[in-house]
Amino acid sequence: MSQPKDFGFDEDVQMLKESFARFLDEQKTIESLRPSIRGTEDPIHGADRPAFYDEKAWQQCIELGMHAVSIPEAQGGIGMGLVAATAIAEEIGRYAWASPLSNTLHATFVLNQADTADANALLEDMANGLRVALGFYGEEGSLLPDSTDVVADNHRLTGTSWYVQDAMKAQVLIVSAKTEQGVELYRVDLAEAGVTIHRDRIVDLTRDQAHVELLDVPASLLTTHGRECLEAAAPALATLMAADLAGAGEWQLQATSEYAKVRQQFDRPIGFFQAVKHPIVNMMIQVDEARSLVYNAAAAFDFDREDASRCAHLAKSSASDMGAFNARNSTQLHGGIGFTWEADVQIYHKRQIHSEFLFGDGTWHRAQLAELL
Amino acid sequence: MSERQLSQEQQEFREFCQRWIEENKPDPHPIPLPQAAYEVTDPSHLTYLQEWQAKCYEAGLIASDLPKIYGGHEMTECQAIASAEVRKADVPYFINWIGLGMAVPTLLECGSEEQKARFLPPIFSGEEIWCQGFSEPGAGSDLASLQTSAVKEGDQWVINGSKVWTSLGHFAQFMLLLARHDKSDKYGGITYFLADMNQPGVTVKPIHKMTGESGFNEVFLDNATVPDAWRVGNVGDGWKVAMATLTSERGAGVGVGAVATESPTITMAQVIELAKTTRRNGRAVWDDPVWRDRLVKLYERIEAAVQNSRRAKLKHLNGGAMRIPLQGKLVGSEVGQELHHTALGILGLKSALYVRDPNAADDGKWPLGYMNTYTGTISGGSSEIQRNILGERVLGLPKTK
Repeated sequence: MSQPKDFGFDEDVQMLKESFARFLDEQKTIESLRPSIRGTEDPIHGADRPAFYDEKAWQQCIELGMHAVSIPEAQGGIGMGLVAATAIAEEIGRYAWASPLSNTLHATFVLNQADTADANALLEDMANGLRVALGFYGEEGSLLPDSTDVVADNHRLTGTSWYVQDAMKAQVLIVSAKTEQGVELYRVDLAEAGVTIHRDRIVDLTRDQAHVELLDVPASLLTTHGRECLEAAAPALATLMAADLAGAGEWQLQATSEYAKVRQQFDRPIGFFQAVKHPIVNMMIQVDEARSLVYNAAAAFDFDREDASRCAHLAKSSASDMGAFNARNSTQLHGGIGFTWEADVQIYHKRQIHSEFLFGDGTWHRAQLAELL
Repeated sequence: MSERQLSQEQQEFREFCQRWIEENKPDPHPIPLPQAAYEVTDPSHLTYLQEWQAKCYEAGLIASDLPKIYGGHEMTECQAIASAEVRKADVPYFINWIGLGMAVPTLLECGSEEQKARFLPPIFSGEEIWCQGFSEPGAGSDLASLQTSAVKEGDQWVINGSKVWTSLGHFAQFMLLLARHDKSDKYGGITYFLADMNQPGVTVKPIHKMTGESGFNEVFLDNATVPDAWRVGNVGDGWKVAMATLTSERGAGVGVGAVATESPTITMAQVIELAKTTRRNGRAVWDDPVWRDRLVKLYERIEAAVQNSRRAKLKHLNGGAMRIPLQGKLVGSEVGQELHHTALGILGLKSALYVRDPNAADDGKWPLGYMNTYTGTISGGSSEIQRNILGERVLGLPKTK
């Protein structure tokens, strides 16, 4: 093992994480989200929600440089590694922040693997604030580089990109497309003629999602080595999503623990009862395991790349299971209140069971991991 | 641990440890050792293990960082290196695990200078074996309800009562003893003593476990005496001192090289190997995706424990000094139990074959190990008590009586 003992979590990363957490704390993320989800309680008769994102907050985030944390310095970024990006992703999860930032971090690690002039140009645009989304999934939602339903022919794309996260916030789509040579990555302007964004009605209130239909849309090639690029970036993507889950999981633990101290039944705070106390402790055990495996995976990617896949599978397997577990317990232990639209635990619950399946669920990651053992 | 982060002293010491262990590793005892130090009952095993511990101590692998006046070797941050090398190597465990793991941290934190100088060196060498006299027939999880009495007579205390589940009591020279000097005060009425086991008032009777092995005992104290100079802390401070001992027992202590059982990482690798080599229904158990998922989940949790210990040392990432350490014993014992039960599942019908059955897998190690995992989930504060402690001390939930 050639990882540093401190997971590479040096003073710079600590400062970055703290200042980003302070920034998100000031944003009052859940309070800001609330107006956009008011009056849409009825999934059958309710109106469609607008895709919420606070543009002013995003501009401030850009001023802080958080969007460019892992974009290379040559492309106008800060040039820090996955350890730093993971620290940010953990805070995004903790604050359940609706923004283009997760996509920006994910795209950075894909494009960093491409090493072409066009990929670098896109990184540079992202450093200048361009908002991107990723279109790598086919309708099945399999996590394999060639599972895309989009076909490329002479730099024109046709087909549908499924499960595009935060598509409504994006200007540009990075699409994987099949060609006779294999899988290639393309850059598509979402305002281009022939692009139709079909907004999905999803459970998670902190993200938006769409399937993007492309009909003979002109696109610029980012790399012909799409498969290699996605495979090399896969540990980073799984680790970032695991970090998001871990941050939100800690929020769920603290919220549930605080509620158990104030909610009184049978003349005592419910946290007095072991039937409540013990499951809360189990939430802590799970989130601590996930968090340690996340830091380990990020450090492996930055310092010991050969071990990165194994560590990323460990992290996302643990974090996916934890996210589901903490979601279940946070709602259950809040009792009737936890089941209402007004409770914040419902917002986190839905975010967690969405994140659980992004970039591979626990079972999938364990099946991959078994091949390495 | 990366090479570049070690000091020159640490780097050289690590190489020394590796070389020394390789050269001094003892030949196996003709009668196989039990799985853990707390199951040793054969006197020839005791002698063999004491010799091994004495050699390790002399070489600096035990008490590496402690000052010379306490019998230490005065190195800087070398204990963790020695412990890691010992854990990695295929060598016998340290027999004096209660002495190393509980008596040493308690004495360092709460003992008098005189006590430290008198008791520490023979603990390190293994010459004086220690046992723990906390639990009583009527005081298990509710430890503070203990009734063994201590009455001051002149400059000594007279002790009456009985202790139970006393591991190594049959070999021990000394006991970490909790006794009650005041019946009217549940917590403040307890005082902590170091008691000599070799005196007429002490009777040790073995208890047999569900495995059929022994290793722990009931200890009867009938007008046994302890000099006042061997009281740890003030009269009435016993509960506070006991917490120092229990914190070490639960995996949060300073660590002077106590290794009582096999590392979970090694057991995990063995169970994966078992799944790859055991065939059922026409294929290796490992090739059954359901079993494989179960095994990899356990692998994930054991790796998480390793990474948790790494994170526990980092102030800015550990969520508070006690949060991760207090989980160590609870999670380790529960995961270990599940792992052993999974090993039984891999063996299927073969798991019924026990120690000394000629057809048993690994000489019955798996069913024996499975049953012994209950030592971990029950002793030192059961899993239920551990969850109370975590909920109350770490999360600040209201105290359960």
